[in-house]
Amino acid sequence: MSQKSKKVVCHISLKDGVLDPQGVTIRNALAQLGFDDVMEVRSGKVFELTFKPEVTNDVRAKSEEICRRVLANPVIETFGVEEL
Amino acid sequence: MEPKITPELVAEHGLSPEEYEQIKSILGREPSFTELGVFSVMWSEHCSYKNSIALLKTLPRKGKGLLTEAGEENAGAVDLGNGMAVVFKIESHNHPTAIEPYQGAATGVGGILRDIFCMGARPIAALNSLRFGPLSEARSRFLFDGSVRGIGDYGNSFGVPTVGGEVYFEDCYYANPLINAMAVGICKTDRMATATAKGEGNPVFIVGSSTGRDGIHGATFASEEISAKSELKRPSVQIGDPFTEKLLMEASLGIIKDDLIVGIQDMGAAGITCCSSEMAARGESGIEINLDLVPVREDRMTAYEIMLSESQERMLVVGKKGKEKEIKEIFRKWDLNCVEMGKVTSGKNMKVWMGGKVVADIPADVLVLGGGAPIYTREQRRPAYLDEAHRHDFSTLPLPPDYNDVLMKLVTSHNIASKRWVFEQYDSMVRTNTVAGPGPDAAIIRIRHTSKALALATDCNARFCYLNPRIGAQIAVAESARNCVCSGARPTAITNCLNFGNPYKPEMYYMFSEAVAGMGEACRVLETPVTGGNVSFYNEDPERAVYPTPTIGMLGIIDDIAHITGSNFKSIGDVIALVGTTKNELGGSEYIKEIHDLVTGDAPSIDLDFEKRLQRFILEAIKNDLVKSAHDISEGGLAVALAECCFGDREHLIGAKVSFQLDLRADALYFGESQSRVILSIAPASKGSLTQLAASMNVPLALIGEVTSDRLQINGDIDVPVVQLSDGFYDSIGKAMHQPTR
Repeated sequence: MSQKSKKVVCHISLKDGVLDPQGVTIRNALAQLGFDDVMEVRSGKVFELTFKPEVTNDVRAKSEEICRRVLANPVIETFGVEEL
Repeated sequence: MEPKITPELVAEHGLSPEEYEQIKSILGREPSFTELGVFSVMWSEHCSYKNSIALLKTLPRKGKGLLTEAGEENAGAVDLGNGMAVVFKIESHNHPTAIEPYQGAATGVGGILRDIFCMGARPIAALNSLRFGPLSEARSRFLFDGSVRGIGDYGNSFGVPTVGGEVYFEDCYYANPLINAMAVGICKTDRMATATAKGEGNPVFIVGSSTGRDGIHGATFASEEISAKSELKRPSVQIGDPFTEKLLMEASLGIIKDDLIVGIQDMGAAGITCCSSEMAARGESGIEINLDLVPVREDRMTAYEIMLSESQERMLVVGKKGKEKEIKEIFRKWDLNCVEMGKVTSGKNMKVWMGGKVVADIPADVLVLGGGAPIYTREQRRPAYLDEAHRHDFSTLPLPPDYNDVLMKLVTSHNIASKRWVFEQYDSMVRTNTVAGPGPDAAIIRIRHTSKALALATDCNARFCYLNPRIGAQIAVAESARNCVCSGARPTAITNCLNFGNPYKPEMYYMFSEAVAGMGEACRVLETPVTGGNVSFYNEDPERAVYPTPTIGMLGIIDDIAHITGSNFKSIGDVIALVGTTKNELGGSEYIKEIHDLVTGDAPSIDLDFEKRLQRFILEAIKNDLVKSAHDISEGGLAVALAECCFGDREHLIGAKVSFQLDLRADALYFGESQSRVILSIAPASKGSLTQLAASMNVPLALIGEVTSDRLQINGDIDVPVVQLSDGFYDSIGKAMHQPTR
C-alpha cells in the first residue's frame, strides 16, 4: 500500500498591534454594508503544503522553518502550523 | 502601575545621568514614567539635534525668495512668483529600513509627504537617495529590493510621481543602508499653513489613523547604533497605509483652504509628544490634552504608549474656536478620525491627562530644539587615514592595457549603470506634469498654468566625503546645482540629509563638522540657501560606520519651459564641446575603485567661484538657444559621460567621435572625475557664438568632436559600438537582481 502524502496548513497573520490597513478597510466596508456587528477584521494568508509521501519525520518542524524563513515576515507577522 | 525610575531605566531611555539631573531641576521633582519617556524622545538626537544644531546654525539659511526659515516649519518654502510657493524637504528613514526594508522605506516616503501637505502644499514629486552594500551580497539585494518596492508601492498608491534620485552601492552601507526620501509640493503663498499652537481656548484635534503600539521609541531607536539588540526592538516597525494618507492629505488641504485652523503638524517621530510640545513652544502657549479621547487600535494602552506611539498617517490640528463643526465635517467626509482631545491654554506647559489624572506636566519649551533641549559641541579629531590617503601616489599605478575594456566595466558598474530596474517600479508620470523623469541629470516637473518648471536633483558622492569631507560636501552641492543648470534651471535652494556615524566619536564629529562647513561654503557662493532637512547619526555598527554622506536635494527653477534641456546628443553632425578643465585627478574615482580596487587619494579639487561662473555660462548659453544638450561629468569621468550622452535614450542610440590632446595620464583624462566640467552638443552654426560667449565669461571651452551614428570613438584609445555599451549599462543591475529588464 502506498503511503499517504502529508498535508500541513500554515496560517500567517500580522502580529498583535501591527496595523492591518486591509483589515481596517474591510471592517469599514462591512459596516457600510450593514454588518455593523463586526468590531475588528484582521487579514492574513493561508498556505497548504503537501509533503512527498516518503517524508515521514517531523513535517511540523519543517513547516515551521518554512514559515519562518520564507512564508512569513517574522518582523511583523506570526504563524501557526496545523497538520491535517 | 508605572515602573519605578531607576538609574538603569534612565540609561535605557538613552538619557545621561547629567541630563536626568537637569530634568529633575526643570520639574523640581522626579519625573513620572510617562514624563521620562517624553524627555527621552524629545531630547533624543532625532528630535533635539543636540549634537548637530550648533553646527547647522552656521549654514546660510536666508536668501531671496525663502518663505520659511530652516527648522521653523515642517518643510522649507521658496517663492515661485505668481503667488505660488514650492515646499520641499528631504528626510532619512535609515534605521527602520535596516530592520524591515519594505515598510521602513514606505513609511519614509509617507512621512516626508506629510511634511509637505501639512504646509498646505499638494505633493507633486518624490525623489529618493538610496545606498546599500554591494549587490553580490544577499542581504544587500534583500534590502535594495524591499526598499524599492516599498517606495514604489507607497508613492504609486498615494499618487505622487517618483521622478528621480540616486542609488549607490558600497561596502560601508552593508549593515546600515541609507534611505533618504525627498518630496516637493506646491501651494498658494497665502494658503501656507504653519505648525503653531496659539490662541487660548482653541481646540486641539488628533486626526487620521488610530493610535497603536507601533514605533514606540522609534526616535530613540534612530539615535543608537544598530546591534544585535536591534533585533529585539523589532516591534518599533510601523506599517504604512498610503490610501489613508491620500485621504488625510485631502482632508488636511481642505481645512487649510477653508481657513478653519491655526496650525497643523505631522506626527512623525515621537508622535503626539513631539507635535504637542513643538507646536505649543512655537506659539509660546500651553497645551492641554486628554489621552482618554485618543482613538486607539489596541486595548489597555498606557499614557506612556499613547504619548510615544509613532503610528503613521496622523496629524495634530489646532482649530479656530467656533470652527469645530466644520473641521469635523471635512474629516467625516474623508472617513477619518477627528477627535477634539484638548485645547490651547494660557500657560507654557504641556499638560497631559489620562484616567482623570495628570500624567505629564512639563514646560513645552524645555523639551524642544531652540528651547531647553540640550545642545552639545563634541570633541573632534582629524582621522589619521585622511593624511595617508592624501599622500597616495597614483603615478606608480599601471595604465590599463585596454581602455575599451575599462569603459565597459565602468558603464556596467552598479554605481554608474542605469537605475532602470529601480525606476521601472515607480510611477514617474502620474499627475502628467513630468517633463523628464528618472535619468542622468535632474528631473523636471512643469508647473501648470505658468511657463515655469522645477528641476530637482539629489546628489552626494560619499567617497569624496570620506576622503575629504569639506571638499566632498562642496562637490555634493556644486554637482546638484550643475545637474539643475544642465537642465536649464537656476539653482535656487537646497534641503539636506546628513547621514553620519556616532557623533560621540571624535573622528566622526570631525567629519561631520568639516562636511557642514564645506556645505555652507558652497551654498554661500552658489547662492543656494539651506531650507531645512534632517540629520541621521549612528549609521554605524560594531564593524564600521557609513561614509560621511551629506545628501543634497537641490531645487532649481526653470523660468521658461522653452529652456528645458536634455542630456542626450540629438543629431548626427552636431558639434561636441567640453567645458571646464580636466586635471590629473584620480582620487576617489569609480575608476580606481572598479579597476584597481582602491578607495584612496584626495577628492578632486573644486574652485567654487569658477563653478559659479561655469554654471552662469551654461545657463546663458541655454537661454541664448546655443545648446542642444548638456550633461555634467561625474562618476566615470569624461568617457562615461560621453557614453551616457550617446545612450541616454535607449530607443535612439547615437554615436560620438572626439579627439583631444592634454598633457595628462590617459586614465585621468578619460576616467578621472575632475569637477566643474560639462559636455555640450551644439548645432555647427552655433560654434562661433558659443566660443565667443565662453571667452567673454572666462570659461575654458574646447570643441572636441562631433555626434556620429553608432560608435563611440575617443582619440585612438576607445572605439566601441554604442549598442554594446548601452546593453551593459541598462541591464547590469537587473542581471545582478536576477531579473533581466528586457
